[in-house]
Amino acid sequence: MSSGLQAIVIGASAGALEALSAILPGLPAGYALPIFIVVHLPPDKDSLLAEILASKCKLQVHEAEDKEVIRPGTIYVAPPDYHLLIEHDGTLSLSSEEQVHFSRPSIDVLFETAADAYGDKLVGIVLTGANQDGADGLRAIAEAGGKAIVQQPSLAFSPFMPKAALDACPAAEAMSLDMIAAWLQSLSEGSAK
Amino acid sequence: MDANTEDMELALLLDAIFHKYNYDFRHYAMASIKRRMKQAKERFSCRSYSALQDLVLHDESVLPGLLSYLTVQVSEMFRDPHYFRALREQVIPHLRTYPSLKVWIAGCSSGEELYSLVILFREEQLESRTIFYATDINPEALEKAEAGVYELNRIPTFTENHRKSGGKSSLSDYYTAAYGGAVFDKTLRERVVFSDHSLVSDAVFAEMQLISCRNVLIYFVRDMQNRAIGLFKESLSPQGFLGLGSKESIRFTDHANAFSEFNRVERIYQKQDYR
Repeated sequence: MSSGLQAIVIGASAGALEALSAILPGLPAGYALPIFIVVHLPPDKDSLLAEILASKCKLQVHEAEDKEVIRPGTIYVAPPDYHLLIEHDGTLSLSSEEQVHFSRPSIDVLFETAADAYGDKLVGIVLTGANQDGADGLRAIAEAGGKAIVQQPSLAFSPFMPKAALDACPAAEAMSLDMIAAWLQSLSEGSAK
Repeated sequence: MDANTEDMELALLLDAIFHKYNYDFRHYAMASIKRRMKQAKERFSCRSYSALQDLVLHDESVLPGLLSYLTVQVSEMFRDPHYFRALREQVIPHLRTYPSLKVWIAGCSSGEELYSLVILFREEQLESRTIFYATDINPEALEKAEAGVYELNRIPTFTENHRKSGGKSSLSDYYTAAYGGAVFDKTLRERVVFSDHSLVSDAVFAEMQLISCRNVLIYFVRDMQNRAIGLFKESLSPQGFLGLGSKESIRFTDHANAFSEFNRVERIYQKQDYR
């Protein structure tokens, strides 16, 4: 299935930076897929997350902009206080709709709209976190035929969120951060051919 | 269900709403509309968008409820306090030079942004020479804006935002608590004209010195954003100001050259007086 994949979505909360830093820096320049990330952040702060990740990654990282055209090999981070949504026409939208699970941006909103746009060509990953955002979204991805992954809860900084996602989506595969990193890198080798 | 069929049904539903009621959501960003219409479908106990279409075409009382799903009504008073601080410190000094002022709050929803601006103008002693136009497509939201009653549990956030925006008075000067709500002083509405207006289909109606339209354009596809910015350009007096949401920009529209970036971070633009 890996050769047909078109996008990766990742959600993380408490302990996010460390987990993302274990996964993303290993991805090679020229990576074939776009990656969308929602991390729960305080709404009134300018986030440094994109900058910090950019300094660690070989891929381009930036805060997602409204109606931006999606490019491969780019990491898009949802801005604080806005939901990030994927449109069918290959663009991104931001929205200031209601919080979902007390969060804006919400992982569920990204995952559900991405599942709708990419169907079975999508990978969804729920990492460490202390709430249940992402569980419904991961199930939506699996139901659309996409690949669902959670960080092995027992190895997560905060196990609640990956556990909730696993409960909601038993089809999801639980992996360590190292395994997730290796798996994502292997996608690139497959698709480069 | 087949996803393509469902998309088709949703498009037909939006067509139906347009043809029957003249509300045009066909050029809204679909990902957000779809999420909200899925909720509407459940709320009205409809099995499909086709069933919802049947309902809204034959029962006009359904429309107001449906509009509350199609339009986003989430705001705060003095949301992003630094935006209001920039208006106060940088834009107001320009506006002071005018003998009379017109301010347009486009897509005012339930009025939080409107009251923020009226209070700011009162604090800066400009209210008495200003007319505020508060417009929205949703009649229920306009009614809420006109009533000016907000849940008491929202007031601490409003108060904190107001303070951070450089407020020169206490927000509690402007409301009284009654029946679990904060009722904003009706004198704040004396200079306000509430009106139904669509950025998608309606035209220029007055010449403005300031237009504030925050977190409205993000719900449009790019062509519609373009139309709305064009409308703002035509509505502004030379050197008039346009304030957008913190993640909105004129950069990708046809009208980028008609404005200068007055405050890039706060997304405040000034119309160039090139003619």
